[in-house]
Formats: sequence, structure tokens, C-alpha cells
Amino acid sequence: MTTEAGSETEVKEKAEESAAEPDQSEKATEDSQEVANAEVEEKERAKVKEKEGKEGKGISRYLPTWLKKQKSQSQTSPTKEDPPTEEPVSEVTQEEEGPTPEVNGHAEEVEEKEEVKSEQVKEKEAETHSNASADTEPAKEEKVEESAEKSPEETKETTEGEGAEEETKEKEGAVEAEGEAGEGQTSIFQSPLRLVRKNKMKLVVCHVTLLDGTDFTCEVEKRAKGQYLFFKVCEHLNLLEKDYFGLTYKDNHDQKCWLDPTKEIKRQIRSNNWQFAFNVKFYPPDPSLLTEDITRYLLCLQLREDVASGRLPCSFVTHALLGSYTLQAEIGDYEPDQPRPLDFISQLTFAPNQNKEMEEKILELYKSHRGMTPAQADTQFLESAKKLSMYGVDLHHAKDSEGVDIMLGVCANGLLVYKDRLRINRFAWPKILKISYKRNNFYIKIRPGETEQFESTVGFKLENHRAAKRLWKVCVENHSFFRLNAPEPPTKARFLTLGSKFRYSGRTQAQTRMASSLIDRPAPSFERTSSKRISRSLDGAPMISITEAGRESAENGREPHLELHSDSKVTVVDVSPGDAEAMPSQHSPGSSELGPPQSSLRVHGDNIYVRHSNLMLEDHDKTQEEVLKHQASISQLKRSFMEAPPSSPPQPNQWEKRLTSSPATIRLQQQQVTTEVEIEETVVIQEISRAPKPGLVTVAASTPAAPSAEQEMREQEVEVQEEAVVVEEAKPRKEESISSESESEEEAEYHPYLPVSISHTQIPEEKEEEEEQEKQEEDKMPELQVLASDASSLPAEVIQPAEETRREEVESKKEDDTETEKTTNAEEEKEVERETEESTDDPMVTPDEAPNGLTLPEEGVTVMDARAEEEEEPKMNGEPSLTEAEPLPQVICCSEPPVVKTEMVTISDTFAAQKTEIATKEVPIVHTETKTITYEAAQLDGNGDGEPGVLMTAQTITSESLCTTTTTHITKTLKGGLSETRIEKRIVITGDCDIDHDQALAQAIKEAKEQHPDMSVTRVVVHKETELAEED
Amino acid sequence: MAGLMAGFGHYTHAVVRGIPVSLAKEALRSSQTEVDLAKAVKEQEAYVEVLRTRLGLEVVELPADESLPDCVFVEDAAVVCGDTALITRPGAESRRGETEAMKGALKDLNLNIVEMTDENATLDGGDVLFTGREFFVGLSKRTNQRGAEILADAFKDYAVSTVPVLEGLHLKSFCSMGGPGLIVIGSSEPAQKALKIMQQMSDHRYDKLTVPDDLAANCIYMNLPSKGHVLLHCTAEEFPESAKVFEKLKDHMLIPTSNLEKVKVDGALTCCSVLINKKANI
Repeated sequence: MTTEAGSETEVKEKAEESAAEPDQSEKATEDSQEVANAEVEEKERAKVKEKEGKEGKGISRYLPTWLKKQKSQSQTSPTKEDPPTEEPVSEVTQEEEGPTPEVNGHAEEVEEKEEVKSEQVKEKEAETHSNASADTEPAKEEKVEESAEKSPEETKETTEGEGAEEETKEKEGAVEAEGEAGEGQTSIFQSPLRLVRKNKMKLVVCHVTLLDGTDFTCEVEKRAKGQYLFFKVCEHLNLLEKDYFGLTYKDNHDQKCWLDPTKEIKRQIRSNNWQFAFNVKFYPPDPSLLTEDITRYLLCLQLREDVASGRLPCSFVTHALLGSYTLQAEIGDYEPDQPRPLDFISQLTFAPNQNKEMEEKILELYKSHRGMTPAQADTQFLESAKKLSMYGVDLHHAKDSEGVDIMLGVCANGLLVYKDRLRINRFAWPKILKISYKRNNFYIKIRPGETEQFESTVGFKLENHRAAKRLWKVCVENHSFFRLNAPEPPTKARFLTLGSKFRYSGRTQAQTRMASSLIDRPAPSFERTSSKRISRSLDGAPMISITEAGRESAENGREPHLELHSDSKVTVVDVSPGDAEAMPSQHSPGSSELGPPQSSLRVHGDNIYVRHSNLMLEDHDKTQEEVLKHQASISQLKRSFMEAPPSSPPQPNQWEKRLTSSPATIRLQQQQVTTEVEIEETVVIQEISRAPKPGLVTVAASTPAAPSAEQEMREQEVEVQEEAVVVEEAKPRKEESISSESESEEEAEYHPYLPVSISHTQIPEEKEEEEEQEKQEEDKMPELQVLASDASSLPAEVIQPAEETRREEVESKKEDDTETEKTTNAEEEKEVERETEESTDDPMVTPDEAPNGLTLPEEGVTVMDARAEEEEEPKMNGEPSLTEAEPLPQVICCSEPPVVKTEMVTISDTFAAQKTEIATKEVPIVHTETKTITYEAAQLDGNGDGEPGVLMTAQTITSESLCTTTTTHITKTLKGGLSETRIEKRIVITGDCDIDHDQALAQAIKEAKEQHPDMSVTRVVVHKETELAEED
Repeated sequence: MAGLMAGFGHYTHAVVRGIPVSLAKEALRSSQTEVDLAKAVKEQEAYVEVLRTRLGLEVVELPADESLPDCVFVEDAAVVCGDTALITRPGAESRRGETEAMKGALKDLNLNIVEMTDENATLDGGDVLFTGREFFVGLSKRTNQRGAEILADAFKDYAVSTVPVLEGLHLKSFCSMGGPGLIVIGSSEPAQKALKIMQQMSDHRYDKLTVPDDLAANCIYMNLPSKGHVLLHCTAEEFPESAKVFEKLKDHMLIPTSNLEKVKVDGALTCCSVLINKKANI
């Protein structure tokens, strides 16, 4: 894949590697097209930057370079997974850059609005925001004037400097605010909010219940994203270490849900109840490592509530102790002359079953804390609270295999299973290979223990699919936050991906610690609000509202400014690398982010196509038309592939029925091959909904046959600026579709660990031929050794490059002489293309028949995703490769023509902790769905059947979770006096990690070409097998 | 302060009980062996002497009750952690009466008494391993899920995980704490399996000290103000190999304690006392 030319490479990089570069390129494009805006923008930035250098109070300068890098990546990278690193600031920048087109479309409105508010805003800002912003204003204006002259290159520079960029961003926000007020042009800098708003900005009043019980009210635009509101709240609280916190809302079913910062609030709450609560989302295992007292204080407030409500159970003594620290922190030293202290204490709620005895104990202990400062008392409080076994454990109701009610607890260390109050099992994050959900089932795949050979999957039944998804999300977030150094890179938008692409979008704990260690503001003074708590119970909640005149206006239009510049501290916050919340759009593919995020998303999705097509095109000079055609065919093929699931419902439905009807929830299952199949299905569906959308935007793309995603993508890149309006229009649709999709997701998966590959090599034979498999060493030899000329029945070993990371089967047959040379043959590429095109019309996506398709002995490259499942075994007979159910490393697989699949039933030990016996009903059954896609070259030679072949090689490389099997089969035939050698290569890739099928295919083809430069690829068959469901 | 998990192994008091004559014939046992009553009494006296004289604990000695042949094994009658005492409901019906005297003694020590009244619940203290950070409760012939739940309710601060006890009488028949974060474990397969489960279930890391003999894995760890780490463990006479392992613990004050006779009726070292930490405050 690495050899692709120009555009492809670029795309690739974007998707995978350097975020910065793509950014550049994008920017460049933008600039060229949308000169005016971009330039202005750039200039401003540059200026801002300069300013920053001089005056900058932001934290950004303190940030380690890696943090900065991440930020920049997240901004630019098409993949949305980097979110955590992004900051609010970065977001702004992104949006500014990417969405510029949008801005244009709305410019007028925006301007108007701005004008109206500009005065107010200015005043406000002057007051509220740091001097930095004020300073910036004049400078900026000057710049604007000059800006016309600036060249795009300059812009690039600006963008490139990562550190600078960040700084710039900070200021930008400020600049933006100012600029907008003064000039219409400035509107380029838009806040996320603004991007969202259309003609009318409807304001909605949000009520946020704070941890001290007070109400915080503020107005947001109706289409504001979660993070906007969250930042408002944090600003109000003067909170910098905000990554531990989040906003919750109650869904229609009265379930508490976390507000996704990257998505529009409106689309999440799904009701008109704009009521939220500010809560601790991630309980730091060691609160003493928090940097600021105010953060600890807020954590204390949360814990007090948790304790008082019984959510965090503790003993009598602990209740008393915690209560005493609370008193010390909130009202200071015990006053001996205070009348009737017990009456006072009894007004406060410390425990669910608070009684006189406890209050006396609290008082007694309270007296002993004399001299302790509030901060010390809070610290002591946290030191005690953090040791409680349920500290930071987020409980979810579920049922086990027997339908017994259990609780699943998600925490920093992993997943805990409780039955009543007893812990009956525990899965530490390192033990978990995959987390997924499907409908109301929640699954975790467990890494095999020392003595176990197989991975096992444990399933739980949640009340409904929403609960399952909620749990899954919490798991994903907790794992990311506590276990990763940086948020997981975005799921690639390959067309065979899973349902929800949700990923944690914030900073990880590691990042937030790093960031907060750089906080250098004087400890903010804050009032401990015991009085409020009291009054809450007695008088109702005091209200705090920010909606004074000046503020209001500022908020509405300019939230970004407020956040970015208002106070020095605020600025700091934004700058801090970890502000993941800000990173809005990038992460969740499904998120309805506007402008840049979307475009990036789309780009990302399209990248695959582009890459793919490029691969095909590489080295070969076709006319543009052909290329397009080719692309179209590929895209169509893909589309049909993607659509396959819906059209071939029989299997899935069947299984679904079974699934739903099956009472048992917990399954101990041995995973022979891979999981994820199910998920992929879902994904496919989603993709469908999404793919068409881009088409709307681009003219070329619209026809089903012609439009290739790649084209679209390219067009978009090129035309981003020009077609801004169009894009914008399209966006709403997209959003809708996306959002609906996200809602409809019934399943998704998440791999706590990056996939390691396990591969088996098998040498499948064609029907009558002998097959031998040999284990080969992991050495990779790029070339086939041996044989073409010998048709001898003796199997020759060929060492092939192992494709460790893919799990697909690629069968490639090449016709011509087998020689080992490494040159890329353009013709081959062509052929492949043609093949693809042809196949496009009639992609074979039959789930059941797939195996047969594979068996086709003819030439071809088969890419398949195979999953062996017991149920499906009969079908699989045709495919030797599927036979291998064992993920065992270095397993030698011998497949005889009629393959006998051995079902390995291993009962995992996961639940064994509590079960001494495992019922037979728990024997896992994995259902498989197969799909096959065949790419066939214009038939050079269609009759390869039955010809004896020579088994060339079999190689199995096994690593942890992926299994790649490469089988090479060489057939020599005489046709018309010509000796023809056909090489059939079958590559089976199995694993639980996401596989980029396109990439795998491309890789396979490429390798085939490299190995046999003088041969042509005549057929590619992609066979994908998906696990549908497991049943007891 | 009543800080959680503070001072694991700190004890000030011990409750013990005399050996009834009926123990020799009527005490429950898993193997049919003759108990030399006199030797058993001597053993017990030596045991109490170590606690009282050598270690300076305040020993509350309950009188033996002839109708309760197993009454010397007080550990099964109560679980004390912090200032809370859970009066158990022993799995063996013949032992249910043992809790009465225990309850009285613990009340006298001003502990918060929690009683296990649920008739579906059974719990022997011998199945309860408190590590200082959490509880493991063995689900055995004597202890059931319900009993474990009640224990979890009584000690809400701590995680309570259940561990199947496939062999042996109690969970602590093959393991015990040998120090903070140190689990002494027998080398038998069931013991090792149980340890694995405990390790899997715990958020904390434990070191393990494996001894060749399961029964030798039952020892008594204390952390006393004037003595530091103290370990009462098996004698070389009983388990020579295991005793050697203990002797490698350099930081501990090692006190080999004979248990030859009581072991015949499945009594281990921990079985014969309930250790309590009564601090001046709280």
C-alpha cells in the first residue's frame, strides 16, 4: 500500500499517519480556492500567533510537544479518533478552516447577528475576558486589511507550526470575537455553535444542576453541541481539570445519560427538557494527584452526594468519618459555644440511613478535626472515600446466563460483576480483548489465561438495547480514559466497520494529568457551599444565572470567545492539551458535526476508496475515463457489498430470532475464529446510509453506477471552498442520517487493545489436489520460490510475505510464468480494475453461497474474511481455510480436500470463578455469515477447473488476535501449446480487530504483483464471513 | 482515626474459648482420628499464652461449653473488622449455639454487633479471609452465598468477593494472610486455583507465599506496636517443609505454634481466636 502515488499517498497520510500534512494540503486547497477568507484567516492567525508569543498567558506554551502534536493531528486528521487530545480551541480552528465554506453561505446572517450583538459583546468581552483579547483586537484589524495580500503558503506555515497553531488558536478565539464584532470578514472564525446555526439562531435555556445543588442557567443556541454547554459550566465553576467531569441528562426513559460533547445537545436529549446535571464522570483513583483544590472540592461534592444517596455504600463509621470531614471543610473548626450543634448536623444529609447515633458520631469526629483547613479536610475525605470498594464504580443492571439479576460495574480498573452485593467476577481491562454490544446483549471477549488456549466471550443481557449501548459507551470511555495514554485513533471508516464508531473523545487521565500539572494559576478562591446544601433541603435550590444582559448576548453569539479568552484561566483551560471535550467532531463518526468535522469524516470514509483505487491504478496508465470507470465500479461493488446485508436477511434473521428467544445471556464460548462479524453487518448498513449522502453533494457522484466515493472525495477536497454552499446544504442531511444511524445502532464493538495479528497459514488445495500445509517460519520472503515449471505433485514450499495484520483471504492466481521478480506490472493493475468493474454489476454477496464461491478454482484473488462456526460448517467444506478454527499460534493446519472441521469446544474459565460446573447448554455456538465478492478479470482463461496444481506454500503466522493464512497453489497447464502457470493464493485473515478490507485487498493484490510481476491478476474473490450470533 | 484499612494486623484483644471434654469424641472432623484431649488442652493453653504473654494482647477467655464440642474454634462464630462484629450463623447446625457466648463477649468490648438472622444464610468465620483491603468469602460446605451477602452488608466499605472452596473445610484451610498484601497459600491444586480466582477478583495486587502443605498455610499475622510483624505459624514438627518456608521471612517475628491435636478436628491456628483491634478513640 505504501507505493501509491501522489493523491493516494496524501490521502493515506491523512487517514493514518501525519495529521499535519493532510491539514496542510487541505488548507492549501482551501486557500487556493477560497483565497479571500483563508488569507484573512491566516493572517489573523499569524498575527495572533505573534501576539501570543509576546503576551500569551495560555498554557499552551507549557504543553509538551507531544500534546501539541496530538492536537494538531486531531484537528486535521480525517480520522475522528483523536478527539481526546483536541481542545476546544483546536476545534474552533478546525471549524474555521474546514467549514469555511459554510461560513460563506451563512456569512450574512452571521454578520447581522454579530453586528447586533457586537456592541454588547465588546463590552462584555472587555470586562469578562482577559486583556489579551483586548490587545488582540486592534492588531487583528490591521491584519485584516493586509490579509488580502497574504499567500496561501503563509497559511500553511501557520498551520504547520503545531505549537504556534495552538497558541494561535487560543488567541483566535479572542480575535474572532473581536473581529466579528468589528468586521464582517472575521466571521470566518466561527464557533462550533455558529457553524451549526442556520438562519435563525434559536436560543434555549439550559438548566444545569451543579454539584452543590444549585442551578446554573445559561442560554445556548438550539443546535449547540454538548461541549459548549459543558464549557460554559466549567467556566462558571472556574474549573480547569474538567476532564473528570461531564454533563448528564435524563433520556425519555428517565435514564441518566452522558451528554456527548461532540454532538448536538438537541439530538441527544430528544425531548424539550433542557435539564442537565454536572457530575463526575471519571473518578480519579488517587484524588491527591489532582492539581487543584477546586477540583478536589467538586469531587468531594459529588462523593458526598453519592454517599448520602447510598450510591456509594459505606459503613457506619465511614459515614461518620466522611460526614465529619465534610463539616470541617464546609464550616471550619468546631465552635464549642455553638448552640445545639446536633440540630445543625441533622439538617444535613450524610447518609441514607442517618440517625441520631450517626450524627453524634459525626459531631464527635468533627470536634477532633480542629485546625484542619478546608482543603485538608477535603483531602482527608477523599483519602477515605477512594478506598471504598464501590468508589468510582458505575453500576448497570444486567442478567447473567441464568437470567439472574446481576450488576455490572465499570471502573478505572475494568469491569466488575456483582450479584447482590457480592463481587462474583472481575475483568480487568488488560484481560478484555473486545467489548461489544448487539441489541440488548453486551459482550466482552476475554484474553485467554495462562492455562487457557482460547479466548472466550462472556455475554450479559441488558434490559434493552439502549442500556447495552450505554454500558458499552461507558466501558469504552472508562477504558480510554484510564488505560490509554491518548485516546484511541478513530475507527477507520472502512466499509466493513461496526455500528457505532463511538469513541472517547476527551483527554485521557494521563493527558489530563499532564495538562493539569502545567496549570500555573493562583489557586482560585471558591466558596464551599454547605449553606447551599442546607438551603437546598430547606428552601429549595438557589439559582445562579448568567443571563444578564451583556453576558447573554455574548454567550449566544460567541461562546467560543468566552471560552477561549475570557479569563486568563479560561484561556488556560482551552489551551490545555487535554481538552478533549472540545474535540468535538472528530471522534464519533456518527456524530452530527458540522463543517470541518464532517468533511473530515467524509474524507476519511472516502479515503479508503481513494486508496483502493489508487492502488489499482498504480503503475498503470489508463485514461482518465477508465480510471473513473474503475473507481465507479469499485464503489458500486462496495455499495452492493454493503447493501448485501439487508438484502440477504435470511440468515441474520434466523439467528436473530434465535438470539432473542434464547434465554441465556451469559455464554462461555470458545472462539475459534473471530468475532466481529455481527458488528460488521451493522456497520455496513450504516455505511450505506452515509455513502449516498456525499453523493448528493457532488455532481459526479450522484449516479449509482458512475459515482465513486473516491471521486466524490477528491472533488470535495478540491471544491471544498467553492461549493461551500452546497456542502452546507448537504450537511444537514448528513447529520440527520448520521444521527439516525447512530440511534439505530444496535451494536458496536471496541477493542481495548490494538489488534495483534495471529495468522495461520494453510495451503488450501483445489478440489482434487493434494493439500499440504506447512508451518513456515515467520520470515517473510517476498518471493515465491520455486517452481512454476514443475507441475510435480510434490508440494513446494513457498515462503510468502505474511500479511499479519489483515484478515482476509486473498486468492490470487496469476497466469503466465511464475517468476519471481519484483516489478510492478501495470497490466495487472488494469486487469484488476477491469475485473472489479465487471464484478461490480453482479457482486456475489450471497452469504450462504460464499463458501462455494471460494471454492471456485479459477484464477482470482480472493479476499475473504472467514469465520468458522459450527453451525455453518457444512457450508464451509469447500474452504479448507475456514476449517481452522484455532487461533492458536503456530498451529499447523492440515486441510484435506474434504475438510473436516473440528469443533473445539473449550469452556472458558471466565465465569468459572463462580461456577464449578458448566452446563452443556453453555457450549458456545457461533453463527456465521459469509459473503463473497468476486472480482474477475476479463476472462483470459476461464477454465482452470480441475487442473492439477501444485501446492506451493503454506504459511501461518499467528499473533495474538489476528490470524493470517496464506496459501499458494500453483497450477500448470498447457494451453494451445503455451505453458501456463496459474497461481492461486488464498489468504485467510481472521481476527477480532477491525480489518480494513479494502486495504487488505489492495495489499494482497499488490503483493501478488510484486511477487509475480510478470503475471496478471485475473480474479479476486473476497469472501467475508461474519459471526452472526452466539447462542447457548 | 477510623481510616479505612488502616493498620492491618493491629490487634489489641483476642477472644478465645476453652476446650470442652466433648471435643475428643464429638467434635466434627473430616477424618476419623483420635484426639488426645490432654494434649489438645495443652496446645490451647500454649496458644493463649503466646497471645497474652508473648504478644501482650488482652485475651478474653470464654469458658468451654460441653454441649458445644467445637466451641474452641471461636473464629467461626464471628467476623470482626474494625469496630463491627458480625455474628455468624455457622454452617454446622451443632455449632449454632457457639455464637451466643461470642456475641456477649463482643458486646462487652463495645463492638457494633451485626447478627446474621437469615435462616437461609450460613457462614463460618473460617471461610472469611480479610486481606486488609477486601474480603474473600469461601463458598464451602459451611458457607453459602446468602451468608456472604450478609457479610458484605455488614462491611460495606470493602469489596466482598466469593471464592468457591472445592476441597477442604474452609477457605482458610489452605490460605491466610502472612502480612500486608501477602497471602500464604498451600500448594495443592484447589488452593492454587482459589488463589488465582482471588487474584482475578481483586483490584489489588497480592504477593503470595506458597507453602508445600495446605494446612500449614493457615497462620496468624499481626502487626503489633512493639513487635512489628508477627507470625504464628506451624511448627517444624508438623510440617517441616512448610516451616522452612516461613523461616525465610526475615522481617517477621516468627512464632512456631503447635497445633497437632486440634488439627485432627479440622482446627487451624486462626480458628482458635477472634482478634480485635480496639483503639482508644472510635
